[in-house]
Amino acid sequence: MSDTVDTPKLPKDLAAEKGLVNVQIDGHWIQVPRGTRMIEACRMAEAQVPHYCYHPKLSSPGNCRMCLVQMGMPPRLAPGAEPTFNDEGFQDIGWMPRPVIACANTVGENMGIRTQGDLVKKTREGVMEFLLINHPLDCPICDQAGECSLQEFSVEHGRGQSRFIDDKVKKPKNVDIGPRVNLDDERCIMCSRCVRFMEEVADDPVLGFTERGTHTTLSCHPDRKLDSNYGMNTIDLCPVGALTSKDFRFQMRVWFLKETNSIDTNCATGCNTTIWTRGNEIYRVTPRLNNDVNSEWMPDSHRLAFHEVQGDDRLTDPMIKADGTHEVTNWQIAIEATSDALKQFEGSEIAIVASARQTNEELFLTKTLAGIVGSKSISTVPRMGEADGKLISADRNPNSNGAKLIFAQDDPSSGLDTIKVGLSNGSIKAIIALGEDLIDDAGFSHDELAAAELIVSTNIKANATAQASDIVLPSSSFAEKRGTMVNVTGRLQRLNQAVQAPGNAHDDWEILRDIILNYTGEANDMYMLEDIVKVIAQTIPAFEGVTLSKIGDQGIQLLETGVTIPLLEKEKQRVENREIVG
Amino acid sequence: MAEVKKLKRPELNTGEKLYLIALAKGAMVTLKHAVKSVTGKSRGATGLNSSGLGITMQFPEQRWDDFLPEYYRGAPALVTDEQDRERCVSCQLCEFICPPKAIKIIPAEIPADDEWAKVEKRPKEFDIDMTRCIYCGMCEEVCPEQAIYLRKEYLITGTSREDMVHNKAKLYEIGGKRVGLVNKWNELK
Repeated sequence: MSDTVDTPKLPKDLAAEKGLVNVQIDGHWIQVPRGTRMIEACRMAEAQVPHYCYHPKLSSPGNCRMCLVQMGMPPRLAPGAEPTFNDEGFQDIGWMPRPVIACANTVGENMGIRTQGDLVKKTREGVMEFLLINHPLDCPICDQAGECSLQEFSVEHGRGQSRFIDDKVKKPKNVDIGPRVNLDDERCIMCSRCVRFMEEVADDPVLGFTERGTHTTLSCHPDRKLDSNYGMNTIDLCPVGALTSKDFRFQMRVWFLKETNSIDTNCATGCNTTIWTRGNEIYRVTPRLNNDVNSEWMPDSHRLAFHEVQGDDRLTDPMIKADGTHEVTNWQIAIEATSDALKQFEGSEIAIVASARQTNEELFLTKTLAGIVGSKSISTVPRMGEADGKLISADRNPNSNGAKLIFAQDDPSSGLDTIKVGLSNGSIKAIIALGEDLIDDAGFSHDELAAAELIVSTNIKANATAQASDIVLPSSSFAEKRGTMVNVTGRLQRLNQAVQAPGNAHDDWEILRDIILNYTGEANDMYMLEDIVKVIAQTIPAFEGVTLSKIGDQGIQLLETGVTIPLLEKEKQRVENREIVG
Repeated sequence: MAEVKKLKRPELNTGEKLYLIALAKGAMVTLKHAVKSVTGKSRGATGLNSSGLGITMQFPEQRWDDFLPEYYRGAPALVTDEQDRERCVSCQLCEFICPPKAIKIIPAEIPADDEWAKVEKRPKEFDIDMTRCIYCGMCEEVCPEQAIYLRKEYLITGTSREDMVHNKAKLYEIGGKRVGLVNKWNELK
């Protein structure tokens, strides 16, 4: 008889083969990767653990104590003793009498975690009571109300009434710590998320704690201000109302606001954003998680850029210049006038100044329009700045890669000088400007523009180009339209409509479509943005199979440009070093 | 399938078909009230301070004002307290809870040189559209600052829709001063 007994493999061996460990969470065994934080393992098991200081993108100091859970491991064996396994193949768990923090501890084989039960409930109640001891009754005037973790966990885990009879500790309120951020020290719960963010992500460690005990105060360096271009991310990070935005201060309570997922259009990175609106007004823009684009952060300059499209200088009606003055007209007349005027010129006499701020759909229709009128001169406008080594790309056009793909050129902005020369020597007589200011953005001189016999422009603002134009067609801003753009790394992302365009302004792609239809006299077969997306997917190889729903909220990688985003590279390095969860 | 039961309509007899008896009964009721009115014994003759010629109050010469119960819900209005501080901090909870969406608030920051700068926030504009208000009292119930109350104001008239919108000044005029409320923004705050 053979000695070998065919013993079935234990769960721990099966898990170890895949680099996993078995963890029991609230009575259920699950397998999670070795080295996972306990709080992340609980999240995978859909057992939410309340927390303040823990943030997956930051280091874990474990100082708020809100994530305390009960933990157990198999008891240590006596020397020489063999472990015993129950019917399921697990060792019995010996529960520890004291709770442990879930955010900074990692899971182990055969570990047990309880996120419910008397011990955990009492612990949370106790932690909440301490956090709320000196907390002011500011909720009615606090901008965080409605999205405040302290409010939420106070309802879920608090005891409801205070037993504290002494006077609360007074701390500085309404402190001006930076040009865009306000600090209220009484509301601070010392989670140190902002301190860690400024040190670890923004590389500008200006925040820190002073004083001790209940008098601990969040302060800014006395000679500095919180003026980093990433400073406003601390507002989103702050789980309470200690750090609030000066721009959004007292503008609107958050529960009135509607959230629209969109992307930032101020540089080629295309940070994922949420646009917060009420009625037809944008109140704020905040970054949205996308680990392939912007992690969870966004530069302040881009965050506040939405104010530009809310000014009084927005164009609301199509206008035609007659005897030197612009007169308001309706869309039908304006479109007919445009196509009639374009027919007066030879195709080679017409130049199109397109924009890499246009969406792929608009660029496609622009190219179609160029083909129909026979124009050979078509160019976007370059918009280069300096990269900041974090999220801001040197290319300030959001869709340069899209323009490259649609126009099938390596540098779609190369033709701009040719158009200028053509205007000077009279070979180009008509210009169609789409969303770009010919003078400020494209660098045309007033003399060059004066040489043009016809200027048709679509624009959102009453700028110098609109002033010089014979026909002005009001279009929509980034928040008022849908569309797709390709970012600097080659990721195809989606813009969503958050508000309505002012007055009679139209969506850009509709304006282009109407001009094309009026010029050719064909019947319309494009009623929705989806119709153009379908045509693009069929005609341009790189876009094959693309639909709006496939792009989704996180985008899809359309091509590999080889460009990386410095902030993401740094974050990947930190995840590899196991400093953060990521 | 439920069983269908056919009911027969009761037949009227000859007397009922003539209606004369019913008419006479009605006339008797009217006559009874007429006699009571003329003799000053009608219902509410003393209690409602009526003219004595019936239970109808002679409005507007005679007013409800003195007879309104404590729980009467009239126009919602903003109040000030003993220290003449406007109690509203424009938290916009009433705007949120208001079922007919009658309330519109535009918040503003209290300037640093103001006596009550520590409160930080107050309404810049506070409009209640009285053509929309249904006097439900939810705004009063939800207010965390005891700033809005339904007062005994019921004469709300106007010749245009704009007239029917109570602005902040009008609301404080109706609300007036209310004493004995919780003083949350005291010297310890």
